[in-house]
Amino acid sequence: MGRITLENVTKRFGDVEVIPPLNLDIEDGEFVVFVGPSGCGKSTLLRLIAGLEDTSGGQILIDGNDATDTPPARRGLAMVFQSYALYPHMSVRKNIAFPMRMANVDQAEQDRRIAAAAAALNLTDYLDRRPGQLSGGQRQRVAIGRAIVREPAAFLFDEPLSNLDAALRVGMRLEISELHQRLKTTMIYVTHDQVEAMTMADKIVVLRAGHIEQVGSPMDLYRTPRNLFVAGFIGSPKMNLITGPAAADHDATTIGVRPEHIKVSATEGTWKGRIGVSEHLGSDTFFYIEDTGLSETITVRAGGEIDLHHGDTVWLTPDPTKIHRFDAQGDRIA
Amino acid sequence: MATRQTASLARLMRAPAIILLLIWMIVPLGMTLYYSFLNYNLLNPTGTSWAGWFNYQYFYSDPAFFDAIWNTLALVLGVLTITVVGGIAIALLIDKPIFGQGIVRILVISPFFVMPPVAALIWKNMIMHPSYGVFADIARFFGAQPVDWFAQFPLTSIIIIVAWQWLPFATLILLTALQSLDGEQMEAAEMDGAGSLSRFIHLTLPHMARAITVVILIQTIFLLGIYAEILVTTNGGPGNASTNLTYLIYRAARLNFDIGGAAAGGIIAVILANIVAVFLMRAVGKNLD
Repeated sequence: MGRITLENVTKRFGDVEVIPPLNLDIEDGEFVVFVGPSGCGKSTLLRLIAGLEDTSGGQILIDGNDATDTPPARRGLAMVFQSYALYPHMSVRKNIAFPMRMANVDQAEQDRRIAAAAAALNLTDYLDRRPGQLSGGQRQRVAIGRAIVREPAAFLFDEPLSNLDAALRVGMRLEISELHQRLKTTMIYVTHDQVEAMTMADKIVVLRAGHIEQVGSPMDLYRTPRNLFVAGFIGSPKMNLITGPAAADHDATTIGVRPEHIKVSATEGTWKGRIGVSEHLGSDTFFYIEDTGLSETITVRAGGEIDLHHGDTVWLTPDPTKIHRFDAQGDRIA
Repeated sequence: MATRQTASLARLMRAPAIILLLIWMIVPLGMTLYYSFLNYNLLNPTGTSWAGWFNYQYFYSDPAFFDAIWNTLALVLGVLTITVVGGIAIALLIDKPIFGQGIVRILVISPFFVMPPVAALIWKNMIMHPSYGVFADIARFFGAQPVDWFAQFPLTSIIIIVAWQWLPFATLILLTALQSLDGEQMEAAEMDGAGSLSRFIHLTLPHMARAITVVILIQTIFLLGIYAEILVTTNGGPGNASTNLTYLIYRAARLNFDIGGAAAGGIIAVILANIVAVFLMRAVGKNLD
């Protein structure tokens, strides 16, 4: 079981309130991603749940029991750190065995769990190596292995992929998702990368300055961002946020249209502009359209084979059903 | 020095320094070796003659010789134990953020700035003196008989003094090692259920292994040659109780004016130091690779 509830959890460092009172429910077996720009308090929140930081107020409940003052080791949570935090002088086997040694698990059971974890994580051939002899991805798998063998109530991941290169990151993302499918254990995952959040999460928690801006499934956040911050944060490339007369036409202070919801045409459309930069990715083409008379440069996604280039004059037509409207406070107009 | 031309040029350029260092080392060693085979006494410098192995036999058969070797080893091991254990303890303490950390660290390091004879004299006259030393005052405060340290525990007293001098060095090296310990590793171990003792044994100590090795090797080199502290406190006595090999050589050369015997002792000391070095490198050297 791994149901975690935060009730009015607060964190202050001296006079600075990093996390104002915050409420959140994490269901058993859920994959929850905390996402937000750096300094938004997402790592602090994770460390509060782990018990590595003391709360300044409020309660943390794990499976209904108050764990606010429980030391980290007895919360039944396992954490994977950004720097992997492997013990450099121990072999992979000993690293994975360490939490079990500390818990006095008997040797046969230790060996069984190590073998199972190593098989699941493709580490069987590396068990007798030191962490220093492994690549970044392998080290990350050892860190995950060390977490798995504890059979925790929940896994906590603190930006586990940010030290890996892009290709490896995609691979590890898949592995962690598969692991979650298999173990069905609660996972809390902190990242600043909205792509990781969108691809892995059952539930995304968008944080800004310690506040929860929105909680929802990836598609909820994509379809109905509750405010301008979430609208701008979720989605890649970013949503076009247009102010001025074009927004006033829709009775809003700001309107948002995602690049993929704008049609590009060489002949006709709502807004006329000129292609500034164009990025041809093969599968897609991104145009940055200038001189539209709108408040900002418009990003547009078009098909990969489209035959338009820098300097061409184009017309843009936003999909009227996919225009997001926001009021002067930046909140969504229903 | 990637190319062949620059490599040979480099060899040429550094040759003078290396040759100078070699001469610097070889000439005194060679002269000592030469003197050790001579009957050469400063009281009778004209009677110098070839002695063969006599000086070595004489030094070896000196009843003080084995006492001196034992004392040398006891001194080195005693000081090493105190400084390494104490150094780890103090390093752990002053690694914690406290008020006035900078001042505390400077105070901890300050014994190292006091030169050995001065430190030994301070300990002799102000701390360990049986009538007006601080230890005597403390003993009398509790109604106990003051201890005459240098008479009753001469070698122990010297070990305490030397350990006091070398503790800052060990602390400093071990503190820097401690500060390079990754905080996330400690947190990971905390989450893995390791208590503070387990974390110390399984993480901190292995992390500090290299620094401990450095402390042991460097200190051993200096501790084998301890001499000033003995000279100003016990003069090697009572009897031979606090005479180490260095002091024995000093006694041969400067009190008996026996240059040949002292040179033989010097050569024996060099051999002993090398034996110790071999054992040390076997025991702890693997931590350095």
